[in-house]
Amino acid sequence: MSRQTSRLDSKKVNSELLTLTYGALVSQMLKEIENPEDVNKQLERIGYNMGVRLIEDFLARTSSNRCLEMRETADKIQQAFRLYLNMQPTVTSWSSAGDEFSLVWDQCPISEWVEMPNNGLKYCALIPGAIRGALQMVQLDVQCWFVQDQLRGDSVTELRVKFIKRLEDAVPAGED
Amino acid sequence: MVIYGVFIVSKSGGLIYNYDHNIPRIETEKTFGFPLDLKLQYENKKVVVVFGQRDGIQVGHVLLSVNGSPVTGRTTEDGKDVFEFIESKENFPMSLRFGRVRATTNEKIVLASMFYPLFALASQLSPVPKCSGIETLTADTFKLSCFQTLTGVKFILVTEPSMQGSDVVLKRIYELYTDYALKNPFYSLEMPIRCELFDTSLHTLLELVEKSGTANL
Repeated sequence: MSRQTSRLDSKKVNSELLTLTYGALVSQMLKEIENPEDVNKQLERIGYNMGVRLIEDFLARTSSNRCLEMRETADKIQQAFRLYLNMQPTVTSWSSAGDEFSLVWDQCPISEWVEMPNNGLKYCALIPGAIRGALQMVQLDVQCWFVQDQLRGDSVTELRVKFIKRLEDAVPAGED
Repeated sequence: MVIYGVFIVSKSGGLIYNYDHNIPRIETEKTFGFPLDLKLQYENKKVVVVFGQRDGIQVGHVLLSVNGSPVTGRTTEDGKDVFEFIESKENFPMSLRFGRVRATTNEKIVLASMFYPLFALASQLSPVPKCSGIETLTADTFKLSCFQTLTGVKFILVTEPSMQGSDVVLKRIYELYTDYALKNPFYSLEMPIRCELFDTSLHTLLELVEKSGTANL
């Protein structure tokens, strides 16, 4: 068990490296793609592609079990934020059906030092994409969008996650 | 501890990685006089011993070479048909080499896709709901351990029957897969894994396990 933690620790990098790399990516995309709406879509797509790979890493590191309930899923997402971005978003605003919740944070490493141009860009659109991609690989179809964004003047950033359906035909044998 | 091989089967049942680690080579060469006291038959593009087990040559072994010339299909390297050659008396005495051949990549792909429904069948046959499918399959000469991730990828380890701690090894292989295959930007999901870093770290892991067991993984 001690080895496991040391393996995790050895791969830590300064968050500023990630912040700056992500910033470079977004500004490059804005240069190449005129329409900020398209940049949002592309970022979401990149995030999705990262998510479908990242989920395996998450499962291998944390030995998680399958979530059969949205509250467990929320916990796992929170854990993933801690693992990959070293931040601790709060899970709030549960819908009464228990299928929709919000992740709220007031500081995110990837949006540090950012002053937004006022053009409709969703700077952190990678995150909802990654969540959607990752959950899809464990047979959960979700919708994920920003309700509030500090970069647009809100006091906190709020990401809403909504359960749509379980992808039954994709459930591997022995799990269904 | 001996590990014979590792297979990775994708969510859709395709073989995306296979590695033969340590398969003992069994080969016997012997000089024969006329008439040949083995019954040979041509099956699956190989000349196979069907009857007459002796001197280490067993039923099921494949003819590898005739007088030192390797056999492909039913012809020798110099173009002679094996069956015609062994039937004429003037060619004797001759030296024949027999052995067990490794499964070809195609055969492995077929085997991997056969394991897939077997796994699903096992989970459906279960008297209790929520059965995991086949985790270990034991025979007298080997043990197959299978670990399915939540995303549906199967990691299969074939070892000698007395192997302990296969689950730990499989877990480590999963970690290597997430690190060296999935984080490689040039690797596309569900496709065969051709990543050198993955190969080398897997080899290191398997050697470590064979030398010092699974205790310090």
